[in-house]
Amino acid sequence: MATETMNPVGAPTPRNTTLGKVRTHPTQNEGLIFEKSSPGKRAVRLAPLDVPEVDAATLLGDALRVEAAPLPEVSEIEIIRHFTRLSTWNYAIDLGMYPLGSCTMKYNPRVNEFVSRLEGIAEAHPYQPETLAQGSLKVVRELEQCLMEITGMDAITMQPAAGAHGEFTGILLVRAYHESRGNARRKVIVPDSAHGTNPATAAICGYEVQNLKSNALGMVDVAELERIVDEDTAALMLTNPSTIGVFESEIHRIADVLHAKGALLYMDGANMNALVGKARPGDFGVDVMHLNLHKTFSTPHGGGGPGSGPVACKAILEPFLPTPVLARKADGTLGWNYDRPQSVGRVRAYYGNYGMFVRALAYILANGPDGLRQTTEDAVLNANYIRASLEDLYELPYKTASMHEVVFSDRRQATRGVKTGDIAKRIIDYGFHPFTVSFPLIVSGALMIEPTESESKEELDRFIEAMRAIAQEVEETPELVKNAPHSTRVSRLDEATAARKPVLRWRPTTNSGGA
Amino acid sequence: MRYLPKSPAERAAMLERIGVRSADELFHVIPDEYRLRRDLAIPRQMGESEIIEYFRGAAQQNGSGFASFLGAGCYRHYRPVIIDSIVQRGEFLTSYTPYQAEITQGTLQAIFEFQTMICELTGMDVANASMYDGSTGAAEAVMMAARITGRSHSVIAQTVHPEYREVMTTYAQHQGLPSTTVGYDAETGRANLDLLDASITEDTACVLVQSPNFFGVVEDVPAIAKIAHAKGALLIVSIAEAVSLGAVRPPVEADIVSLEAQSFGVAISYGGPFCGVIATKEKFIRQMPGRLAGQTLDADGNRGFVLTLATREQHIRREKATSNICTNQALVALMATVYLTVYGREGLRELAMQNLAKAEFARTTLAAQPGVRSLFDGSPHFNEFVLATEEPTAEMQARLLDQKILGGVDLSRWYPELGHATLWCATELNTRAQMEAAATAMAAREAVGA
Repeated sequence: MATETMNPVGAPTPRNTTLGKVRTHPTQNEGLIFEKSSPGKRAVRLAPLDVPEVDAATLLGDALRVEAAPLPEVSEIEIIRHFTRLSTWNYAIDLGMYPLGSCTMKYNPRVNEFVSRLEGIAEAHPYQPETLAQGSLKVVRELEQCLMEITGMDAITMQPAAGAHGEFTGILLVRAYHESRGNARRKVIVPDSAHGTNPATAAICGYEVQNLKSNALGMVDVAELERIVDEDTAALMLTNPSTIGVFESEIHRIADVLHAKGALLYMDGANMNALVGKARPGDFGVDVMHLNLHKTFSTPHGGGGPGSGPVACKAILEPFLPTPVLARKADGTLGWNYDRPQSVGRVRAYYGNYGMFVRALAYILANGPDGLRQTTEDAVLNANYIRASLEDLYELPYKTASMHEVVFSDRRQATRGVKTGDIAKRIIDYGFHPFTVSFPLIVSGALMIEPTESESKEELDRFIEAMRAIAQEVEETPELVKNAPHSTRVSRLDEATAARKPVLRWRPTTNSGGA
Repeated sequence: MRYLPKSPAERAAMLERIGVRSADELFHVIPDEYRLRRDLAIPRQMGESEIIEYFRGAAQQNGSGFASFLGAGCYRHYRPVIIDSIVQRGEFLTSYTPYQAEITQGTLQAIFEFQTMICELTGMDVANASMYDGSTGAAEAVMMAARITGRSHSVIAQTVHPEYREVMTTYAQHQGLPSTTVGYDAETGRANLDLLDASITEDTACVLVQSPNFFGVVEDVPAIAKIAHAKGALLIVSIAEAVSLGAVRPPVEADIVSLEAQSFGVAISYGGPFCGVIATKEKFIRQMPGRLAGQTLDADGNRGFVLTLATREQHIRREKATSNICTNQALVALMATVYLTVYGREGLRELAMQNLAKAEFARTTLAAQPGVRSLFDGSPHFNEFVLATEEPTAEMQARLLDQKILGGVDLSRWYPELGHATLWCATELNTRAQMEAAATAMAAREAVGA
């Protein structure tokens, strides 16, 4: 029976099937680091003090800490084992395909890590004299120029620390622009397919969010847009390609509709990896956009950051960029310009997540113009290959051509009581990270699959085979899918109790038993 | 194109299954007039050795071999080697936000441990998984206080890092959250408590101070808490130098603590990436921004961890979320977690004591030079102090640079009233020899002038 041969876990799996690659193997249990602590163990020895000791009580008085913080007391080998064991419980790009749609989980080149740790780069201090920071500044300058060329924009700030922070900065630019013309305007239009960060950002910038319903193709309904845009509209926040992986082919009309009423077009650059080297937002009417260096430009996701969210804009918005901006001085050296009377202000201390700039530039240099274009083509090729290989088994709610990701719905599987979240859990058993579940919201039961260019045909074929096997399981043994995953060290976790009775830290008295 | 794992034959086979002739055909949905028909004007493809050469060149251009007394929110502390051994494991480095808990228990448990350590250090009940940095964390803390109290005004000490204050202004300006800046006592370098008291109104959501403050002076947190709480305002304490928590009493009277954890094993890296974190009292959890890891059980009764209380967050609440934050600083938080595990209970205290001793020796040695005095002497300091010189700052700095010494940060940009003042930092990495060399260079003014 198919489910027996395809089931990678539990049932005897013939060695000659490709899915037999998934095997369980023992991983050591590992408690919390606090549970390994024992007074007197230590992992550090300081160099001897070469200045006189001081009496802390005299120097600090009432401000002296009396009780040391009860941090764990462990040795170095225990620390290495602890974190190494924890690491083995994670899935990662380095282990296999991680098709988390919208997140762009591509390979993170190791040379990026190496150069970001070079001593003169990693130890540079933001307040060292600019004459002694020319190397650091050169890196920023080079990256800025590459990103402006890639986006077709005129100016850029590297200060935002992540995508949502970039959105915040971009909308502040929009606001400052309108204010400079006498009216900040009142609302920002956000399509219903947008990332949650878009409406949250507009709200933080003091704008009212106006929802724009997508049309039958999952795209911006230009007629509806035309109807709602008025002199009170500050901007439209548009993700292009959209969150269903579709290029807004009427982008020029969208821009025209906005510009006709004095509104601006903000582009969420989360999906810029579908366009690099093929099309430039600055050429199709975008006024301001952010980039996610941790998506398109390969800086590591690190379990949830650090990111970096540079904002590129047209010349009309340049006066409003956060302070400081990098400039070339009369003597030819680079330096920070703080004399920016129309600036929106600072969005972060210092100059941004500099370590990510180094990595992103290393990635651009490793690719060059031909490599970046091929990268984009491969990303789109991979998504379309998955689409062509699965659309007979999974419902494709929007038939529009896919770019870098493809969004299916669980409509067919739902008739058997199996939801996108169940399919996601089951694909774990096959050795893959799941796709993005239940997003975008305009697709009921969405499966959002973004393979990125980093996957070989062999890996894609394995993924496709697994997805096809799961579709069959849904028909024949739906319970197998609904109770997945079966191969992980923990089974489905009780999220409801976690939220109802939050336990957000370890305490010696509430230690509730071993892992 | 060494990162692309496909042969031409494989690409051809894939195109055939899709039913197109070329990959370019897949881009036909982009209107022709917006297609880029040329190469991007960026540097050509480089070999790995060339890339390393490029960045080595940049590193050299920065200058090397300087003894640094720079702090001001970015602190030089020794980073144990195992931090990078651990964070460079691909399972941590190349994983993402732990949405799928069953295959991200490593990241989730590490976040839970981080949250616990931050609570133990700060005296708060709960801490989040991280914020971008100390400056944006402070801004988010102010917004959080406004939500909790239903009030809109904030009182911010002038002794808070000037760039943090600029960021708070940027965040608050369009949300109807005005703020008042309260000056400091010229003798103590601490926030002026009378002015602070007078600035709090019935619409004040919070008082925000930094401790140790931008001058390295420890603020009188209990007294400030009393003043704020008497008028129903919350107290937010921002901490930029996290190692201080090994020696300085935690701000237990605070309602919210916004910490910058860069000191815990994070490279300065020209100012980022760093690691902010917000900690607070249990009763305020639901107004907290950012991600939280929580403990729970799996279907078989095993302990496990999940992201929790997501109903505060943007992907659920959209425009009604507590913050727009999504990606945070997880890997940097992991660095801090490893660092705190390495130093541990005794190590962190010893380290903080060394910093106290180094800074005290540096301060007294430098202030003993002719034409130099240290400010705010009577107040408790951690590892930073302000020196005032008769000599213009630029001249002194230049002489120090000649001796390959990066002297203190010039304060005139932010605190012109202090005259020729510089902010110096001495950590465990500053040697006595460096301090004595700096003293000699400062004293050399007379000789040069003569």
